[in-house]
Amino acid sequence: MENFPWLSVITFAPLVGVFFILLIRGDEELAAKNARGVGLWTSLITFFVSLGIWINFDNNASGFQFEERVVWVENLGLAYHLGVDGISMFFVILSTLLTVLCIGASWLSIKDRVREYIIAFLVLETLMIGMFSALDLVLFYVFFEGVLIPMFLIIGVWGGPRRNYAAFKFFLYTLAGSVLMLLAILTMILQAGTADITKLLTHDFPVGLQPWLWLAFFASFAVKVPMWPVHTWLPDAHVEAPTAGSVILAGVLLKFGGYGFLRFSLPMFPIASADFTPFVFGLSVIAIIYTSLVALAQEDMKKLIAYSSVAHMGFVTMGTFAANQQGIEGAVIQMLSHGVVSAALFLVVGVIYDRIHSREIDVYGGLIKRMPFYGLIFMIFLLASVGLPGTSGFVGEFLILVGTFKANSWVALLGATGVILGAAYMLYLYRRVVFGSLTKEALMSITDVSYREVAVFAPLLLIVFVMGIYPAPFLDVMQVSVENLVDRYTSALAAHEAHQAVTVLAK
Amino acid sequence: MPETAFPNLIPALPEIFLAVAAMLLLMIGVFSREELAARTAGYGSVIVLIVAIVFVGLVAEGRVLTFGGAFVTDPFAVFVKVMTLIAAAAAILMSRSYLEDHKINRFEFPVLVLLAALGMLMMVSANDLIALYLGLELQSLALYVIASFQRDSTRSAEAGLKYFVLGAVASGLLLYGMTLVYGFSGTTNFDVLEKLFADSNAGAPVGVIVGVVFIIAGLAFKISAVPFHMWTPDVYEGAPTPVTALLAVAPKIAAMGLFIRVMTGPFGDLSGQWQQIIIFISIASMVLGAFAAINQKNIKRLMAYSSIGHMGYALIGLAVAGQTGSPAVQSDGLHGMLVYLAIYMVMNLGTFACILLMKKDGRMMEDINDLAGLSKTNPALAAVLTIFMFSMAGIPPLAGFLGKLYVFQSAIQAELFGLAIIGVLASVVGAFYYLRIVKVMYFDQPEDGLDGPISFEMKSILGVMGVVILLFIFLPGPLLSGAEAASAALLPG
Repeated sequence: MENFPWLSVITFAPLVGVFFILLIRGDEELAAKNARGVGLWTSLITFFVSLGIWINFDNNASGFQFEERVVWVENLGLAYHLGVDGISMFFVILSTLLTVLCIGASWLSIKDRVREYIIAFLVLETLMIGMFSALDLVLFYVFFEGVLIPMFLIIGVWGGPRRNYAAFKFFLYTLAGSVLMLLAILTMILQAGTADITKLLTHDFPVGLQPWLWLAFFASFAVKVPMWPVHTWLPDAHVEAPTAGSVILAGVLLKFGGYGFLRFSLPMFPIASADFTPFVFGLSVIAIIYTSLVALAQEDMKKLIAYSSVAHMGFVTMGTFAANQQGIEGAVIQMLSHGVVSAALFLVVGVIYDRIHSREIDVYGGLIKRMPFYGLIFMIFLLASVGLPGTSGFVGEFLILVGTFKANSWVALLGATGVILGAAYMLYLYRRVVFGSLTKEALMSITDVSYREVAVFAPLLLIVFVMGIYPAPFLDVMQVSVENLVDRYTSALAAHEAHQAVTVLAK
Repeated sequence: MPETAFPNLIPALPEIFLAVAAMLLLMIGVFSREELAARTAGYGSVIVLIVAIVFVGLVAEGRVLTFGGAFVTDPFAVFVKVMTLIAAAAAILMSRSYLEDHKINRFEFPVLVLLAALGMLMMVSANDLIALYLGLELQSLALYVIASFQRDSTRSAEAGLKYFVLGAVASGLLLYGMTLVYGFSGTTNFDVLEKLFADSNAGAPVGVIVGVVFIIAGLAFKISAVPFHMWTPDVYEGAPTPVTALLAVAPKIAAMGLFIRVMTGPFGDLSGQWQQIIIFISIASMVLGAFAAINQKNIKRLMAYSSIGHMGYALIGLAVAGQTGSPAVQSDGLHGMLVYLAIYMVMNLGTFACILLMKKDGRMMEDINDLAGLSKTNPALAAVLTIFMFSMAGIPPLAGFLGKLYVFQSAIQAELFGLAIIGVLASVVGAFYYLRIVKVMYFDQPEDGLDGPISFEMKSILGVMGVVILLFIFLPGPLLSGAEAASAALLPG
């Protein structure tokens, strides 16, 4: 299995499923049933194959693994070049896992145009995996941007009442951010003479050019993360998207930004990153505190979780730009944890939405009386989101705060208040929805979670606890890659400072 | 070349063949029954165009001059001619059922398209101001007639008239510019002009500069670049839809080919003078194309503004080619432009094929809202049109993205950062109205479905164009290398 093209197989396996779904004929009911089946099997197989890269991953190897390279566009020097390192590997698996759960979670709730729905999710899966494993700048951009097409359709076709507005806002916001990145990518290719990310990671871009490139990438990633103040598309998109759409959006798409900072901004433009660190810290702290307060005032459950996502991703950007081992490891763990936990919370909301068809907090109350298991599952994910020790959320937030404290103690102090606020809005939500007295007429006959729903939640529960109790397998994988990244960053800064000192002395 | 020698006809073989074939079809049309004539001319003209493509390929061999240096073939001409002929052939194929439905299925239509195509080929191969004008006018006159081909429709007649009057103004501008250039330089031949400007250290006389500006204005009219775009929406809307499909693609590509040749050839050394003008019309076209289309309800008008915008993007390549200094960068600009035009051709033909299928109860529909819920009533058609729309918006992994990538890459290389930044931002605004069409098809509730079934011709055009746009990213090599050879031919050294 030495030369098995793992990443290509994982990336394009979902498209094989799409091909089979296109072949399905017959009446609508039967076609829908078959499409679901094909979708589930395709995504399950893709997931299990993707576990292969974890099993075969060499924790001690620095650099990229499972590399594949084929010349693509000769005159621009572009290549079809895939590969993963300790940072990107988990995101590939996160994407394949969440796709399985998304298809499982929409088994009954999507009744309209099921074939197209499954196709959209499988295409999305291909693009997400490709995005995380691309090692060519333009290839990366193709996947990064291509995601907009299926996501636009998912929000717009199967979304809620204001879906038009939300879909357009999502598309145009992210597109506007990305096109500037495209220009930066073209400038980089021209400047460095290669589009190969492995080579660009050690290429020293001119100091004068770095801030511009950094800003262009920032425009794109900040919208994706999303950072305050360009986060406003997120609540709209989350609220209007179908449950599975929100899951993928929160679980994977938001990670594009965080991953982008780690893969591009820090190692490729270290000097600009250092210069802009206070700026990013400022935005992160505002995101954490401001959006937590906004979340406290929400009446819509999905909107509340959407704002909590902005706050949690604020931790990620904070940890990333702390630029030390703990901060970056924490940022990656936090992204994975948030990918699992926020996805789970959207699914939790989806469970009662499927039954009552409302996301208003006021509609619910006293659910614990009819749905004890549901209350338990909700509680676990909620505490993971808050960052209770023993859950995945704790590991990430703790590492980030340690890392940030090393870099800037004031920022860490302000960031830590977000943990408290997080507990406040989450527990407040829980009290209003699950506790209280069961008085509302519509809730009297509500049923507890079904086996299918438990099957969807089970893997997420497992991950939350494993990552929270014994995070070593996760940290071991990323350690070498993160060390490389930190080394690269600090040595580039040191070299720059030495250079400056020399010029000052020469004067 | 001595005056008495008989000119070498081989390089002009495709043109000669087209001319003879057009006249032959005309004769067949005149002397046979009406339906038979229409059918023979219809399919015959497509075959003629395909044979012409083969001829173009056969005579492709380096740079050959003939007719006393007034006619040139080179890899660039071959590339542009092939695109033009494909576009013309596809437009004729698409027109068949429309013409039948509107009882205007007459043999003159394909014959006129053939004559227009002949004019376009001559434009692309022109190496002399007079030859340029001949080709351009032959093309324009044929197009004026077919724009008003639906004689009993006032809209069509109005479109034809408008096109004719404004086109005549543009021709006047062009002629005036040519006169000035001739008056101040004493020649109309491109090669002699090029040598003249390359040798003179003092720069060109003011008269020539003014002449060049007039020529640019005349050509900008033909490619409907801002500020000479006003006729486009009205003509696109009024002309019969298959004619619009033709107008949007073939003449644009031919005129762009001519534009490139004139600007980089005879006036190549004056690029310092004309580059700013091209940058201006490029920016103005991109921005106007993006903003003006937002409020359009008629899909043909929308496509008019969309094509104005696309011409703006293609002109980025020409602006780059006007960057003095590195020939490699200039060549990249032309390369990007040709790739862009080729992809533009495929997307536009596909989109117009979809528009031609917008029929309800036998009547043509042009309102965007008539597409409402198409994804339910005709999922395959909706999917194909969606592919074209996302491609036009330049979203990867569709072909339109690679077109944009290439022109922006060349702009960055030439350090025209302002042009590139305005271009990408305009593309975000432009994305809005392409998305709106997708929204109408997918998010809105269906009304009555469109008329079916779709004819075999349409199905094959849609299928081929859709597959090309969707899968182009996997195999971009052939087009890219073709465009590379074409652009290299224009800028030797």
